[in-house]
Amino acid sequence: MTAETAKEALSLEEKERAYAQIANVIDLYRRKEDSLVQILHLAQEIYGHLPLELQQFISREMNIPLSQVSGVVSFYSFFSTVPRGRHTIRVCLGTACYVRGGKKIVEYLQDKLQVELGGTTDDGSFTFEVARCIGACGLAPAFMIDDTVYKQVNVNKLDKILGQYY
Amino acid sequence: MVNLTINNQKVTVEDGITIMEAARRNNIHIPSLCYLQGIHQAGACRICVVEVEGAKNLQASCITQVAEGMVVHTNTERVRRARKMLYELMLSDHSQDCLTCSRNLSCEFQALGKLLGVDDTRFEGERSPFQVDASVSVTRDMTKCILCRRCVTVCNEIQGVGAMSPQNRGFKTEIGPAMKLPLGKVNCALCGQCTIVCPVGALNETDSTRDVWEALSDPRKFTVVQVAPAVRVALGEEFGLPAGSRVTGKLAAALRRLGFKRVFDTNFAADLTIMEEVTEFLTRARDALTGKGAVLPMITSCSPGWIKFIEHNFYELLNHLSTCKSPHCMLGALVKSFYAESINVKPENIYTVSVMPCTAKKFEIEREEMVNNGNKNVDAVITTRELAQMIKTAGIDFLTLPDEEFDNPLGLSTGAADIFGLTGGVMEAALRTAYELVTGREIPFDGLHVTPIVGLEQIKTATIKFIDVLPEYSFMEGLELKVAVTSGLAGARMLMEQLAKGESPYHFIEVMGCPGGCMMGGGQPRSSDPDVREKRMSGLYSEDESKQYRKSHENPYIKLLYEKYLGEPNGPKSHELLHTHYVPRGKFNELTTEDFVIEIDESTKRRVARATRQEAKVPALVKAEPETVSARILELEAENRKLKSELQDTQETVEIMKLVLSKYSKQG
Ligand code: SF4
Ligand code: SF4
Ligand code: SF4
Ligand code: FES
Ligand code: FES
Repeated sequence: MTAETAKEALSLEEKERAYAQIANVIDLYRRKEDSLVQILHLAQEIYGHLPLELQQFISREMNIPLSQVSGVVSFYSFFSTVPRGRHTIRVCLGTACYVRGGKKIVEYLQDKLQVELGGTTDDGSFTFEVARCIGACGLAPAFMIDDTVYKQVNVNKLDKILGQYY
Repeated sequence: MVNLTINNQKVTVEDGITIMEAARRNNIHIPSLCYLQGIHQAGACRICVVEVEGAKNLQASCITQVAEGMVVHTNTERVRRARKMLYELMLSDHSQDCLTCSRNLSCEFQALGKLLGVDDTRFEGERSPFQVDASVSVTRDMTKCILCRRCVTVCNEIQGVGAMSPQNRGFKTEIGPAMKLPLGKVNCALCGQCTIVCPVGALNETDSTRDVWEALSDPRKFTVVQVAPAVRVALGEEFGLPAGSRVTGKLAAALRRLGFKRVFDTNFAADLTIMEEVTEFLTRARDALTGKGAVLPMITSCSPGWIKFIEHNFYELLNHLSTCKSPHCMLGALVKSFYAESINVKPENIYTVSVMPCTAKKFEIEREEMVNNGNKNVDAVITTRELAQMIKTAGIDFLTLPDEEFDNPLGLSTGAADIFGLTGGVMEAALRTAYELVTGREIPFDGLHVTPIVGLEQIKTATIKFIDVLPEYSFMEGLELKVAVTSGLAGARMLMEQLAKGESPYHFIEVMGCPGGCMMGGGQPRSSDPDVREKRMSGLYSEDESKQYRKSHENPYIKLLYEKYLGEPNGPKSHELLHTHYVPRGKFNELTTEDFVIEIDESTKRRVARATRQEAKVPALVKAEPETVSARILELEAENRKLKSELQDTQETVEIMKLVLSKYSKQG
């Protein structure tokens, strides 16, 4: 994950190098049928994620309408259009956590961080996801930030926990 | 031939057709939803499933080909149950706002429900959370989309634009531009072809009737309306007449009864366009032929969807476009100048409405170029469909209306103007005038129809030879004028790629954005008649043939307009009012800050004003003028002539010298 983190901070030079590399990839695959998925894969590998600008670049180079490129990007869940945050929050919505208020935690975090599920906060601090049971059912509700599991959380504790990660 | 059994009936049909087609030919109707004959056969909705003996699963009959000995059942309990279930599933994710939906009673989804006898909604599910996206021309309401993908086929394959494609997957699937971008911000040509094929209320023209009604009931406003040629052979369809019926007289009558103070004809401005465009072309041709250099081929500019397309995709070729505004903007500009002066009304108090077969015209009037002296040339554009709606709302019994005339002077037109409504028509109209101006003779074609460019093919070409020209056009002597005509943006792309490569052999190109031309425009009635194109086409040609004058330069009011007001074609007054320029936009709209998104205020349902174009952070454009074959040949010919005359001069000098020399030698 860390390799893909905070690519937004790429310098202009790094960006140019990445684009040149991607142009090479396109050249290599251009004549193969159905190569778009392959190319997008490698582009994400190189650049970290697939923002609109990069999709436009690929659309132009391959002469495929942008809406089709983005159609493929949004079809597969392993493509991401935003860089991952420095930290990943996963709120458990397994049965136990769900009934003990996991949903409240999701709502609270969404509101506080102004981020949709699967999205990343504007400042690039957090990527926000949900999980199905993270093995702490006895101490539900639970959630994780990166590899740390926080158990029996409630809304009041959340601010303090998050504070440690800024 | 293939033998098969459909519903216990033995039938013989030709190879390679689908089960659905085979059934239809034998009078068995299989319900369908996404299927669109000849255009979209993708098997997306599966409503057309049938049972084929020996096959485990039900088969979609619109994509399954017939085979020898096949036994098909189209109406078993299993089939009926499957269809109903599919329908109910679609319905569970549908807004179901029929009573306030624009497609109420003309909706294919509604009709299908009735046909299938659906009387229950078993699945009450979560509805996909989509929002309405309105551009100045086309509005998308994805809560009504049934994912048939007809629009995707039309936009990607027929128009070759690719502004919309399926995004996401599963329950979240949405048809639209990339990354949730609004349609008004991407490379959409706003042609509206997708609104024609959409079976439901998901894609529509953006409503302008509200604004027009308001202007009509505002006593301070002097309302002036004009109608495009293609409207008069299509409007009747909305009132049950067959496609192609000519309703010009009733149309004028209906507009008067709606309360418009003046009812003018865009046709008048079509004649005017010919005068301006032909003059522009002859000037360009003269410059090219006399070695001064000029950009050729010249390309017509009356289709705003086409203009937006080239501004996005081939902006380095913009100087090939004629600078003529489209006819309705010319007429709007004249109404608010020449006509306003002549009836002594302030242009600010005039409200001009255009009835158009086109959704892109709604975009065109929002362009900053379509403004003179601070007044928009045209204040509102309504489509043929919107006009029909207004006539019905007003309680006007269209079919019993008397035939009336347009108001003069901006209502008289020649037959050349009528054919602006179909592919090849602008070129034919231009050639009728150009040939006669240059040679003093009528163009040598039967009935004045330039037959090689008549018809519905994607690209048509013709060569017209100019001989025995009038002295003032001597530069045209012997020229073989090469013209090309295309309709639909995929064809336009081919011609532009050829031009960009420097391989275009043409001098003059006509492009219309919609396949078939304006008569098949994105604002025309949705038709289920398979021969609609032929019928509307013959409607327009017979309108042309019924006219007293057939050539634009013969229009007496056009002559008068030049005498009294404009001076001469391409003169300073014309340039101010009737000509325009274009904006490089870029494939992703990256070259300008301008967009064509409109916000609709939820509570008042009113448009929130649109942001205007800002000084662009546009990267400096290299104004490369690609050398094209046609221009090169013209230049070479000019060079040739120059050399020839020089040679003649030299030979003459030599002769004189010889004479002189011989004289001297005789004198000794
Ligand atoms: S699209 Fe058809 S079914 Fe849907 S709300 Fe409109 S009229 Fe009703
Ligand atoms: S208006 Fe034309 S270009 Fe735009 S999405 Fe529809 S079909 Fe495509
Ligand atoms: S928008 Fe209309 S045409 Fe396009 S997929 Fe949806 S229902 Fe079909
Ligand atoms: S349900 Fe949340 S940890 Fe198991
Ligand atoms: S009509 Fe055959 S799959 Fe839609």
